[in-house]
Formats: sequence, C-alpha cells, structure tokens
Amino acid sequence: MDPVNFVILASILFAIGSAAVLLRRNAIVAFMGVELMLNAANLALVAFARIHGEIDGQVMAFFVMVVAAAEVVVGLAIIIAVFRARQTISLDEPAELKG
Amino acid sequence: MVSPILFWIIAAITVIPALSLLFARKAVHIAMSIVLVMVGLAAAYVALDAPFLGVVQIVVYTGAVMMLFLFVLMLVGVDQREDLKETITAQRWIAFFAAGGLGAFLVSLITRVSIPVAEEGAVGDPEPIAILLFEKYVLVIEVLGFVLITAAVGALVLTHVPRLKPRRTQVEVQRDRVRTGSDPVNKVFPGVYARHNALDIPALDPEGKPIEASVSRVLKIRNQVQDGAEFRAQLEDPSRKEDDR
Repeated sequence: MDPVNFVILASILFAIGSAAVLLRRNAIVAFMGVELMLNAANLALVAFARIHGEIDGQVMAFFVMVVAAAEVVVGLAIIIAVFRARQTISLDEPAELKG
Repeated sequence: MVSPILFWIIAAITVIPALSLLFARKAVHIAMSIVLVMVGLAAAYVALDAPFLGVVQIVVYTGAVMMLFLFVLMLVGVDQREDLKETITAQRWIAFFAAGGLGAFLVSLITRVSIPVAEEGAVGDPEPIAILLFEKYVLVIEVLGFVLITAAVGALVLTHVPRLKPRRTQVEVQRDRVRTGSDPVNKVFPGVYARHNALDIPALDPEGKPIEASVSRVLKIRNQVQDGAEFRAQLEDPSRKEDDR
C-alpha cells in the first residue's frame, strides 16, 4: 500500500486535533488536541521520509518529539499555575481578565 | 510496501480513539484513548521503516507525556466539569466547519498529487539516525538541549510557590494547643466496644458520657454515628443483656 495513505491519515488526525482545540473548553483536553496535531505532523514527516527513502524526515520527527515534550512540560505547568490561582482549568474563565 | 491490512488496523486504532477528543465527556477517558492513538502511531512508524522512532514514540508519548497528562488531571481533580455555555455563539458549529474544511482541503490536496515511492529506502535503525543526528544536525541537537533545560527550569519556576509564612514547628503547634484550651494530647479515639466496627461509636469519658469529638467528622456528615446509648444501658443494667438473648 502506498505510504501516501499515511499522509492522508495524518491530515485526518490533524483535523480532529484542531477541532478539539477549537471545541473543548477544558484546558487539558484542548492541550491533548495540540499533542494530536503534533503527532499527525510527525506521521506525515515519517511517511514522507519513507516515500523519499531517506531518514532525514525521521530525524525531523524526532526533533518535533523533543520540542513537544518541552512544550507539554511548560504547558502543564501553566495549567497548574492557573488552577492554583483560579481553581478552574476552563479556557473561558480567563476571558474575565480583559478590562 | 505496507500491507493494506496493517494500514487499516492502524487507521482504525488511531482515528476512532482520536474522535473521543471531540465526543467523550470524561478527561481520563480521553487521555486513555490518546494513549491508544500513540500506540497506533508507533505501529505506523515501525511499518514505515522507522523502528527507532516507533520505540521513541512509545517511550516518550505513552510512557511520559500521557502519564504526565494523567498526573495533572489527578492533581486538578478528575471531576472538573466542563461548562457547556458557549462564550462565542455557535462556536461548536464554527469549530466543526473549520476543522472539517481543513481536513477536506488537506485530503483533497494529497489525493491529487502522486509521488514516486522509493522502492528500497534507508531503514531508520538507531545507528544511521545517530550518525545523522550528530553529524548533519549536531547544531540542532545542541539548541534542543537548551530548549529542554529552559523548559525544565520554566516548569520549576511556574509551579514553585514561595512560602508566605514561616514554617510552624512542633513546639509552636503544641503551645497553641495549650493556649486555646483544646486537647493537649492526641484526639480521643472512638469507642472500642467489640460489638461491631466501633469507629462509629463515641468514646466515653470517665463519667460515662460520650465524647462526640472522638468520631470522625465524615461519619457524622453521613449520619452513621451510634450514640452508644444501647451499650451504656447494658453497662448500667446487666439484666437487660440477658433479655436481649
């Protein structure tokens, strides 16, 4: 089966992830949507690496994983800091901050 | 070439659990489905000649990242309700339309192009990846090292809470207890009648009166406290005990 099919699968997963980011108001769930989008991008990179028969794309996917891990650590720390201050992890609550 | 059966299995165990991100209610269920998605993606990587990345995916994503998500979920409380009122009107439909449009756009673009597939490509074993990482991309690796250190320090700074009051020592706690006139020693334990599980019976003081404070507050809220009257009556009048039998 053509590896291009994996790119199609990746774009479907990316769309699901972006829908979750737009739709959910629980900060952690929206964050999981971001993770899914990053993973979809990784899948596309690996699929293209297979199509071209080189492993540079896999190294790129590896870099994305590292950055995603750093991003998760900082993001979850921010969620905990917001939860301590406001006792909620809803993404709509901080909208009250504006003037 | 990837076998079609494997592809469809991978597609099923990635897309179906991923949909829980949109429709599931409980955040823990969503986290566990995303774990399944990550495992499916690891299988996809192995199928696409990237065994090293498949293992890294399992270790980093299912092992570390998603467990971190679960930790934070437990920390903020799993019963965090999602408020259903929409700040932006029809946000649900806008989101579905935008994301669906993006997906349809990407899929239609990708199905339109045709790329010749390399017949025998390089396999992403650890060794060639290591050589590539530390020769061609060595600068990127160093920058990523900085990113990781900054992220770790950032997480520590963000979650650090400065101590506002000085720590109370045991001596101070004891002094306060005596000053306020509360029990200078441990709280009284609940009653010890061997009739049944006696945590729900107040202890008796030397005069034979029940000490209400000895029973756990939780049992009081649940109305599961025995007042001990039955047992006190038996103690005062031993003949009643025989009547019961």
